[in-house]
Amino acid sequence: MSPQHYLVLAGILFSIGVTGVLIRRNALIVFMSIELMLNAVNLTLVTFSHFMRSPDGQVLVFFSIVVAAAEVAVGLALIVALFRLSGTTNLDDFNLLKW
Amino acid sequence: MIDYLWLIPLLPAIGFLINGLLGWKLGHKAVSWIGPSVVGLAFVVASLVFVDLLRLEPEARHITVPIYEWIRSGDFSVTISFLLDPLSMVMVLVVTGVGFLIHVYSVGYMHGDRGYARYFAFLNLFTFSMLLLVLADNYLLMFVGWEGVGLCSYLLIGFWYEDHYNAYAGRKAFVVNRIGDYGFSLGMLLLFAVYGTLKYDAIFSQAAHGVGTWALGAVTLLLFVGATGKSAQIPLYVWLPDAMAGPTPVSALIHAATMVTAGVYMVVRSHVLYLLAPDTMLVVASIGVFTAIFAASIALVNNDIKRVLAYSTISQLGYMFVGAGVGAFAAGIFHLMTHAFFKALLFLGAGSVMHALSGETDMRKMGGLKDKLPVTYWTFLMATLAISGVPLFSGFFSKDEILWQAFISPHGNFWIWLIGVIAAGFTAFYMFRLVYLTFHGKSRVPPELAHHVHESPPVMTIPLSILAVLAVVGGYVGAPKVLGGGQQFEHFLEPVFSRNAEELISHLPHHSASLELTVMLISVIVAFTGIGVAYLFYMKRPDLPVALASRFRAVYTLLLNKYYVDEIYNALVVQPIFHLSNSFLWKVFDVKLVDGMVNGVARVVENTAQRLRRTQTGLVQNYALGFLIGVVLIVGYYLVK
Repeated sequence: MSPQHYLVLAGILFSIGVTGVLIRRNALIVFMSIELMLNAVNLTLVTFSHFMRSPDGQVLVFFSIVVAAAEVAVGLALIVALFRLSGTTNLDDFNLLKW
Repeated sequence: MIDYLWLIPLLPAIGFLINGLLGWKLGHKAVSWIGPSVVGLAFVVASLVFVDLLRLEPEARHITVPIYEWIRSGDFSVTISFLLDPLSMVMVLVVTGVGFLIHVYSVGYMHGDRGYARYFAFLNLFTFSMLLLVLADNYLLMFVGWEGVGLCSYLLIGFWYEDHYNAYAGRKAFVVNRIGDYGFSLGMLLLFAVYGTLKYDAIFSQAAHGVGTWALGAVTLLLFVGATGKSAQIPLYVWLPDAMAGPTPVSALIHAATMVTAGVYMVVRSHVLYLLAPDTMLVVASIGVFTAIFAASIALVNNDIKRVLAYSTISQLGYMFVGAGVGAFAAGIFHLMTHAFFKALLFLGAGSVMHALSGETDMRKMGGLKDKLPVTYWTFLMATLAISGVPLFSGFFSKDEILWQAFISPHGNFWIWLIGVIAAGFTAFYMFRLVYLTFHGKSRVPPELAHHVHESPPVMTIPLSILAVLAVVGGYVGAPKVLGGGQQFEHFLEPVFSRNAEELISHLPHHSASLELTVMLISVIVAFTGIGVAYLFYMKRPDLPVALASRFRAVYTLLLNKYYVDEIYNALVVQPIFHLSNSFLWKVFDVKLVDGMVNGVARVVENTAQRLRRTQTGLVQNYALGFLIGVVLIVGYYLVK
């Protein structure tokens, strides 16, 4: 057995997440992409934990999941507030800091 | 008392501060006391110092009093320290003595003027600067005083600045002076480059031992350029006639007795250098005598009382330079002293006349004043007799000594003597012309001024009288042996010149007394001829000068217009510089280059900013892209490493 398959999968998932963050216009989709990136990282951690026969990786996954959860809560609150203010979730419309 | 030498310049400096800063508050009366008394006290201190100096042996009369180390840079050091020797002693006494009398006179003359406190502040500042100049023991400190008196000259000429012409005259004086100062500075720099110091003693002893003599021709010439500016010789004399725009006591003090003599003092102080550069000495004497006759010729026909005296001053300063140029340094200083007495008196007297005539200076509108202004007339006459070289008056002894030295000294020559004698004739003529036109004959005073004519108050006439006494007897300290005098003045100054220049001073071959008396007689005859012709022209046959003027119209117009020198300078120097500044230096260099560079820098910054600001899109995803690129670069860097 080798970890390559798992790591490559995690890498692909991460890349898809990054691309989503950079390209998608809907704020919710961007958040989902961020979650995808986090999950890719979790997969990598678990993979290494298994192949190095050490529980350290899985402990870190716990931390990661907690952070993800908190972040989602706050993030969704922000999006709801933004939507209530402007009526749109299109990220291209939020350019008040443009020169 | 010599240890308290520094009190002499300090007192007028304090007067300047009090009058300048608090004068407006303290009021007329306080300023009238403070202004003159600081100078009077300085004179008292100077006299006590003089007494102390006389107690010393002649060779010991060379004392340096250090005050403060001003500049220190590695080995280079400039100190504020004063040199007391017979030469500086004479100058100090003249400056404080005559200065005091003029300060007192000014109390009367400037009475009621709006700028009364300002006037005395400037006059005190001038006295301080002049004392600094003559007491300095090094060229840099002398230059500080030199510039200071130039500044005060500017301030006082343009004292009544609301009149545009006065401001112009002040500016002209300062600018022309500055041109001379340029030469002076170059001379100083060269001295420093050659000798490594600017102290008189160090330079003179090195020079006397042969160090750096190659440079002395240039040094002396450059220093003399400075002297022509400050002492109004050809070619930089043009500011002095216009300087008459200032209050008359200013003309008396600055432009007759003291400031303009600074150039003469400087040359005499540097006698060691000049004696080692005989070519420059010839230049000095030649320019001196040529200026003497040139200025005297202009004074022959001028109708403004102050202008005649101004040209007379330029002419007499020429004599002093002749003295210095032929090696008769003591004689030059002797004439400086007697000239201070009688010229100050002449100017103050003219001021008294102007005071009586509500400011009129045109002699064609004067006449018949001698009975109405008796003290003014008699003191003025004493001064006129002195300047004309009439025997037994002070000017006779000093001017004669210079002419005699010009005749026999190896540095002098027959032509310098001859031109000097002719100029002396002119002097006697134009001075008595002035006296006859102003005080004698029928009054030509316009009726509206005539009933105001009154003698000046004692605060003005007493200084006149004191100066008159000095103008008469002041020459006896220098009376030559051939007439039975003791030549005390020359002996007093002798140690100054024998200190470093013993071998250089030409010891005159033994000449016969009859030769000296003959030369003296010629001068006397010429003087009386001048007086006689003036009497003929302005008392007996007033039609003669009018006839001469129309017969020789071209010459007369040339003289009346002062040889058009101002117009020539304006066309050749002033206008070209003005146009150069206007069309090139301003419109091209300043606007296009300097402003262009500054604006250019601003423009570059602006353009760069314009381009950089485009990264601020306001879109979060663009910033996230930036993140990504950065991370990739960093990780990539470590991977490749």
